[in-house]
Amino acid sequence: MAADYAYVGLFLLVGILFVVFTIEVLSRLLRPSRPNPEKLSTYECGERPIGGSWIQFHVRYYLYALVYIVFAVETVFLFPWAVAFHRLGFFAFIEMMIFIAILLVGLAYAWKKGALEWV
Amino acid sequence: MITLSHYLALGAILFIIGMFGVLTRRNAIGILMSIELMLNAVNLNFVAFSRYLPPGALTGQVFAIFVITVAAAEAAVGLAIVLGLFRNFRTVNVDEINLMKW
Amino acid sequence: MSIELPVFYFLAAITIGAALIVVLGRNIVHCAFSLVLAFFGVAGLYVLLDAEFLAAVQVLIYVGGITILLLFAIMLTSRASGPGVRILNEQLGLSALIAGGLFFLLIYALWKGIPALAIKVPTQANVPTIGRVLMTSYVLPFEVASVLLLAALVGALILARKEKD
Repeated sequence: MAADYAYVGLFLLVGILFVVFTIEVLSRLLRPSRPNPEKLSTYECGERPIGGSWIQFHVRYYLYALVYIVFAVETVFLFPWAVAFHRLGFFAFIEMMIFIAILLVGLAYAWKKGALEWV
Repeated sequence: MITLSHYLALGAILFIIGMFGVLTRRNAIGILMSIELMLNAVNLNFVAFSRYLPPGALTGQVFAIFVITVAAAEAAVGLAIVLGLFRNFRTVNVDEINLMKW
Repeated sequence: MSIELPVFYFLAAITIGAALIVVLGRNIVHCAFSLVLAFFGVAGLYVLLDAEFLAAVQVLIYVGGITILLLFAIMLTSRASGPGVRILNEQLGLSALIAGGLFFLLIYALWKGIPALAIKVPTQANVPTIGRVLMTSYVLPFEVASVLLLAALVGALILARKEKD
């Protein structure tokens, strides 16, 4: 079974090598290199850049990632349940509904606290 | 031939690297990254054991899924604590957060 | 069959190298991206162990979720540490001693205690078996996992938000 994934690995390797070779080797050989300070500055839509590129993010990005990761883990449990469902019967359905209901409490809490709002 | 020992040795090396990071990093986020490495080493051992030892009922893989769940919860809460620390102390270096040390 | 061993060593080298950068790297953002590489290496090893579902879960949760959380937390807290800033604390020698000692202990135990098993156990189809085992033998841990996730979500929301709003 793992032998089939050899092709995936091969494609992955060839893809990575293709990009690395084109950008890092081939284009380095072909392109002219005449840098000046104006060219080397950070591109900011043609304006003169203000401040560094290292800015303070707002905490709401973190809250979004937080809600995302909890429901990604829920998906991990949902997927094998859905695949095996036809052999498991009604009891498994009840189990998964309890699981989802408990997580829905968390979603409702996050919603009520305004973690989902983009102000 | 890859034997079970190959995977276990790799798991041991990964675990040691992670442990060294937990013991020595000053940045709290770096410590959390090292903890993730250690959890990955443990998961690798679980999956290798379930592949090479009977009864082959994928128990190790199910355990690995639970470990990943716990890792996700740990990262979420741990990083939230780091954010709270940064808000109060303006630093994330654990050796500078010494309010309760003597 | 003979291709498996070089693939294993290749993935192991990637994983260990990336892990070393994670632990010793100076720029914490580089550490985070190196961590992604280590996670991909472990996912490849899962494929080699016929655990494709777990490899997908590894990429989804670790690479797609936990690393994003780590990167947001990095963006929210520290600036890149300059050349003069120490990244490791003063317990360096002691930690190296403990880690090395534990490493030799583990390798010794491995060498003495575990037989070199090379024959793999015949395995079933990945995803349906995990679904069946989760829903029958491990129902209670499965439900407790949802409570854990709920607690983590609520706790992290309370901790991460500002006090005033």
